[in-house]
Amino acid sequence: MQKLFKTTVLSILMCLSWAPHGSAQNPSSEEMRSLDEQVQEIKSDVLGIAAELSRLEERLLYPSNTHLAVFVSIAEGEKFRVDAMQINIDGRLATHYIYGFKELEALQNGGVQRIYAGNLATGAHEIEVSVSGKTQGGNDFSRTESFAFSKGIEPKLLGITLAGPETIELGDW
Amino acid sequence: MRASTLFGVIVFGLAASSAAGPFSNDESAEGTVRDLYFGEAIFYAHQGHFFEALERLDAELGQHRAVDEPALDSLYHNLREAEFSVGDFELNYRMHHRAGRAITAVLEGAVDEAVRNDAAYRLARIHFQKGQLEDALHALERIQGRVPEQIRDDVEFLRANVYMGLARHADAVAVLRRLQGAESLNGFAEYNLGIALLEDGRRQDALEQLERAGQVESADEPVLAIRDKSNLVLGTLLVESEQFSEAQRFFDRVRLEGPFSNTALLASGWAAATGEDFERAVVPWSLLAERDATDAAVQEARLALPYAYGQLDVHGRAALIYGTTLESFGGELQKLDASIASIREGKFLTALVREEIKQDTDWVIRLRSLPESPETYYLMELSASHDFQTALQNYLDLEDLRKKLASWLVNFDAFDDMIGLRSEYYGPVLLDVDAEFRELDSRMRLRLEQHRLLDERLQHMLVAPQPEFLATADERLTAERLAELASRLEGVDTSEAEVLRQRIRRLQGLLTFALRTEYHERLGEFARHLEELAEAIQVLSTQYEAFVRTRQAAVHSYEGYETPISRLRRRVGNALDEVNMLMARQGHLLEIVAIDELTARRERLETYQDQARYALADSYDRATKARVDSGTTAATQASGEGR
Repeated sequence: MQKLFKTTVLSILMCLSWAPHGSAQNPSSEEMRSLDEQVQEIKSDVLGIAAELSRLEERLLYPSNTHLAVFVSIAEGEKFRVDAMQINIDGRLATHYIYGFKELEALQNGGVQRIYAGNLATGAHEIEVSVSGKTQGGNDFSRTESFAFSKGIEPKLLGITLAGPETIELGDW
Repeated sequence: MRASTLFGVIVFGLAASSAAGPFSNDESAEGTVRDLYFGEAIFYAHQGHFFEALERLDAELGQHRAVDEPALDSLYHNLREAEFSVGDFELNYRMHHRAGRAITAVLEGAVDEAVRNDAAYRLARIHFQKGQLEDALHALERIQGRVPEQIRDDVEFLRANVYMGLARHADAVAVLRRLQGAESLNGFAEYNLGIALLEDGRRQDALEQLERAGQVESADEPVLAIRDKSNLVLGTLLVESEQFSEAQRFFDRVRLEGPFSNTALLASGWAAATGEDFERAVVPWSLLAERDATDAAVQEARLALPYAYGQLDVHGRAALIYGTTLESFGGELQKLDASIASIREGKFLTALVREEIKQDTDWVIRLRSLPESPETYYLMELSASHDFQTALQNYLDLEDLRKKLASWLVNFDAFDDMIGLRSEYYGPVLLDVDAEFRELDSRMRLRLEQHRLLDERLQHMLVAPQPEFLATADERLTAERLAELASRLEGVDTSEAEVLRQRIRRLQGLLTFALRTEYHERLGEFARHLEELAEAIQVLSTQYEAFVRTRQAAVHSYEGYETPISRLRRRVGNALDEVNMLMARQGHLLEIVAIDELTARRERLETYQDQARYALADSYDRATKARVDSGTTAATQASGEGR
């Protein structure tokens, strides 16, 4: 019965022999390492395909003369919670987005979300942005702002910055 | 399993301290992210979607490198972070080769000292994670001069870890001593120093250091885990030197709900049992025996608990517990058999790629949350092996790639349909539009030419005045008529003719007078009209350009896609074949590792079962003997009293 204890002690003491990952040298480890290299290569290939495909998609779905993209970011240091955002363009619903925890955290850490991509004719337009969520103090808030913008013949990139629960800013990029 | 899990905490410490850098805090060094697409990459990276993050950032960096004036590009201000982030994203996406190349490129570029040192640190980290310790040390040795403050402790912690990997424990001790109290390494620096001292043969110093590491204060789970680990290791070392009651104190410090709880409870029981204090051993083992039956420590406790009761001469209870243990071992053996059979049927791989596994970035936690089924009973046990972890992550990544590629193939069909529809719509419409456009185009070109000639004339007149150019149509007709009359009178030598000639000259003089005296006024008017015409032509040109662009866009919406789509379709198809092949190989290896692990586990459980059977029989014998002995004693006493 005491042998059990030796097994236990040994298994604990194994942690003391300090070695980085991948030091084992059994045959299946070698095979796994070789497979790992191949997996890295296929990842690289697929990333290359994805990049080319994205360019093709953008050209096909959003021609440059009508391309409109709307991005969302949260001002640095702001910690209020965004639950949902709705965007109307020229009175019509463009998108409605409900945020998950990870997405919110990504925005609060400097991430920028492309919330909408679409096509729009050249000329004057209006964008209406509605945001709802909770302030850092836990109070519900809801805010809607409208902005005029003009679309030229080049792609139009609009950036919505949430500078606070009550402050929505729109800028060209 | 336990060894790897324990080891994993040290690596977590390294990762935790370094992961904060790449796509969160570094931006603050040069202000907020100003490039939308870099920001988008960060948005994906923070959610653990490294494929998407890399795709965006690769594209953005590619575009930035292609622009003529990089300083005017929005990525220019975040270029350093973006280049580092590529390496970090690749590392997180387990693309060590590319990550190494990306960071080496930064390291070898013309960058300042702090940036070069940061790159060298990141490169060292990659080498370390790949087990290339000499290379890691070489990269660390390239760090000289100013080191960015946010990575200063991480650099030294990595250096200490590399030294430990190279068995340069004294060097590691020296580095780790300097890191004591570093906030970002709370617990980890203390624990590693204890281990380094132990490996360096300074046992007493190691015990004291581990005691310090076992008392660090924090609310963070990783720090609490390393604190538990310190106490567990310290207790085990004391058991080794037969200081059983001292060891108990440290086992008792391990939290009951932490990742080391089961091991600590088991060890605590053994410490007491080895010190012959079986009553004390029963307490942790009783607690442990009630826990998840698939855990090796729990299985061991189920055998150890009745052993302790046996030692306490409570053989009846021991026999009962051995009976229950045998029953549970039988159940576990059935589960193991079912798991092995299920893996052989291919259900294991299906279970691994279930959707619910994607609910959490930490796949070990995800595995915990899988519904219980034969193929998943022992996943937690398997998950601790590093090879298994790598293989499993690769398998999951391949499955993710497979899904992406399959959906892209479907998209190509949708693209074909879209292009077909556009071609059908625009083809006939453009024929009519082009016919009308050609007529308008020729008229416009004529007017443009006229405008050009008038402008030339104006420029010329500004240098050399020519009043006749500014005559009105009536004046021009009158002048022509007078010239004609004058020519008809040529050779007529009569007095009437002379009178007429004089009248013609007077009238010509009047015209000339008007043209000369009104010249500047007329020239100003001409210039004004020409300017108005230029404005009209500008509007016309804008409309013309808009039309040309719209027409081009219409044509480009369906022409020129055949070749790229066909090429991409072929590439996606080939990649899908490759992914499927790799998944089959990777899956097969996973199954082999899983079956090997489970078979070993089964063998150990069978040994336990044999021991439990013998112990059960022995306990029954002893219990019976005790009953008989007590019966005999009672009878002897009774007969004695009778006599």
